[in-house]
Amino acid sequence: MQSARTVSLTDLYERALLIRRAEEAVVDQYAEQNRLLVEKKPLTHAIKCPTHMSIGQEAAAAAIGFALTPDDVIFSTHRCHGHYLGKGGNLRAMMAELFGKETGCSRGKGGSMHLVDGAMGMLGSSAIVAGSVPLAVGAALSFQLRGLANVAMPCLGDGAVEQGLFTEALNFSALRKLPVVFLVENNFYATLSHVESRQTVPIPDRGRLFGMPSVCVEGSNLMKVYEAMQELVQYARSGRGPALLEVQAYRWLSHVGTEPDTGRMRRTADELRAWQAKCPIDAAERELRDRGAGEIVESVKARVSRDIAEALVFAKESEPPMVRAMFEDLHAESQR
Amino acid sequence: MSRVLSFADAISEATCQALERDASVFVMGVGVDDSGGIFGTTNEAYARFGDARVFDTPISEQLTTGAAIGAALCGMRPILVHARNDFLLLTLDQIANHAAKWSYMSGGRLKCPIVIRGIIGRGWGQAAQHSQSLHAVVAHFPGLHVLMPSCARDAKGLLLAALEGDTPTVIIEHRWSYGLREEVPAEYFVEPIGKARVARVGADCTVVAASFMVTEALRAADQAAALGIDLEVIDLRTIRPWDVETVCASVRKTGRLIVADPGWGHFGLASEVSAVVAEREFSSLRAAVRRIALPDVPTPCAPVLEAAYYPVAADVLRVARELCGAELAALQSHFVASDATANGHAKPFAGAF
Ligand SMILES: Cc1ncc(C[n+]2csc(CCOP(=O)(O)OP(=O)(O)O)c2C)c(N)n1
Ligand SMILES: [Mg+2]
Repeated sequence: MQSARTVSLTDLYERALLIRRAEEAVVDQYAEQNRLLVEKKPLTHAIKCPTHMSIGQEAAAAAIGFALTPDDVIFSTHRCHGHYLGKGGNLRAMMAELFGKETGCSRGKGGSMHLVDGAMGMLGSSAIVAGSVPLAVGAALSFQLRGLANVAMPCLGDGAVEQGLFTEALNFSALRKLPVVFLVENNFYATLSHVESRQTVPIPDRGRLFGMPSVCVEGSNLMKVYEAMQELVQYARSGRGPALLEVQAYRWLSHVGTEPDTGRMRRTADELRAWQAKCPIDAAERELRDRGAGEIVESVKARVSRDIAEALVFAKESEPPMVRAMFEDLHAESQR
Repeated sequence: MSRVLSFADAISEATCQALERDASVFVMGVGVDDSGGIFGTTNEAYARFGDARVFDTPISEQLTTGAAIGAALCGMRPILVHARNDFLLLTLDQIANHAAKWSYMSGGRLKCPIVIRGIIGRGWGQAAQHSQSLHAVVAHFPGLHVLMPSCARDAKGLLLAALEGDTPTVIIEHRWSYGLREEVPAEYFVEPIGKARVARVGADCTVVAASFMVTEALRAADQAAALGIDLEVIDLRTIRPWDVETVCASVRKTGRLIVADPGWGHFGLASEVSAVVAEREFSSLRAAVRRIALPDVPTPCAPVLEAAYYPVAADVLRVARELCGAELAALQSHFVASDATANGHAKPFAGAF
């Protein structure tokens, strides 16, 4: 069993910034594409899939790669860019996937909603709300059956809590004392529907009902989110059973797409501003600068920008799949 | 009176008229109250009838399906809406083990007239879980009606018919049909369930199609006419029960059959229609029945793959020419793959949902 590394704020900052900048690159790419579309110019390299951005919600995703070991596994949702990169997923393969290229993490088959990096323990993303939650329970079951001290983490949104499967997953994993840490990112909305109009109890109460440690933290402080996650992961890893972590953070952009949705339904400009003022990345940067680590901040920024620029070039220069690839991969080759 | 309406507006109008006429009708589903209003089909109903009768639900489709059944057993007529028919797979137990069987298992003493609407997504990399055409899955179960309108008039008339009937009904709509416009009667009316519509009369070859494949088949028929091939296009409209008589009568006339199915070929609608026609009209057939369906893989995301994935008018035309024995070399196909702009969307489809 690998024990978790000691983690510095710089590590968390870099991971969060990578996620932020990668998604900002997607936003920019979409703006550019839309300009070309309006001008009726051809789209040579384009992202042509629905993208669900997590800008504003990076704290939980950034913590994943540090609270978990590479052998631990996660599962994600339609909003999976952050989880994928957080777990250490390959940036180039992600960008290539968004551009629908053969070099993409799923050879262009899955697109933005289905990122996967088996080598990094990112075992896939389902765009069916709560669809991958039981898969994580099963992964944990396999760890227990094989005597491995690994942890499985289903990443889900506040909406997924409403599916019967979620409650079944809580019950089963508590019953079998499975090493699962349920990561519920509460961004207060499922599409445009506010959580208060969908649920009647705080999310951690659901975990407590099944006797598991259940904690809520705000996603505005990278280190605090990491520490909370780390503690629950250690609990699950020690064989005491599952745990639940709710991270509250706001999605700055619309449910799907790259524009803000301020003004729609309950989503007000005030609400957005209040959360932007609590940006976990800005806060970390301020803290690092206050500690006199301004140079480190600059070098992190430079590294992240360079990596993303490289990944974009890689994605754009990669070849699209051959049409016959459509018929491949239906039955994965045995890995044994 | 009738006026030109889009497919989406026709559904919206039918929903409002049903809510107006019948106090037992209500609408629920994830997002029915939001500003998108399920592609514009529920906004007006929500604005006019409010949250008591048109309401958002938690993301608990299995529960809401069962609750719709329970409400229907007690005299209500719920319309349950899913922004994608893929989400309906979660609820298959309630649909297949419960709704479809409640009448039968009660010796016909109980009825559950629920209407479930689910939408087929397509394009802009919707990928494997947001673009399936699941009509064959639901149509497998005795006890259900399964409807697939392809045009605005039927979208209204069939929804109203489903709400009048006592059979649990799944209506599967195609996202790309939403922008199609035609004359739709303004007043309340119903289209008969179980009756196909001859969308174009022809003599050489019958094309039985459903949902968006009707649009493709009609485009193919226009092109075929220029080549001297006269296609008869039958819009099935109702998948269960489907109109065997109309299809067989057409095949007796033309002697040739193509079935254009928006779903997969294996165990699907096209297979069912082909089998029944082969059983009933073997002696009328002058050539083997041909199926046009999706390739036998999930929907890929990458643009090049997605474009190659969907059968289009050109495929219908190619098969028609093969069946009718026309000179292949004579064809200079100038079809381009269908795109969203060509199929009723006002604006280029630039992403999002
Ligand atoms: C079973 C199912 N129902 C509905 C949808 C449509 N849908 C996609 S994302 C979403 C909202 C999910 O909200 P939440 O779980 O809070 O995740 P978030 O989008 O906020 O990250 C909905 C309703 C779906 N994909 N799957
Ligand atoms: Mg949410």
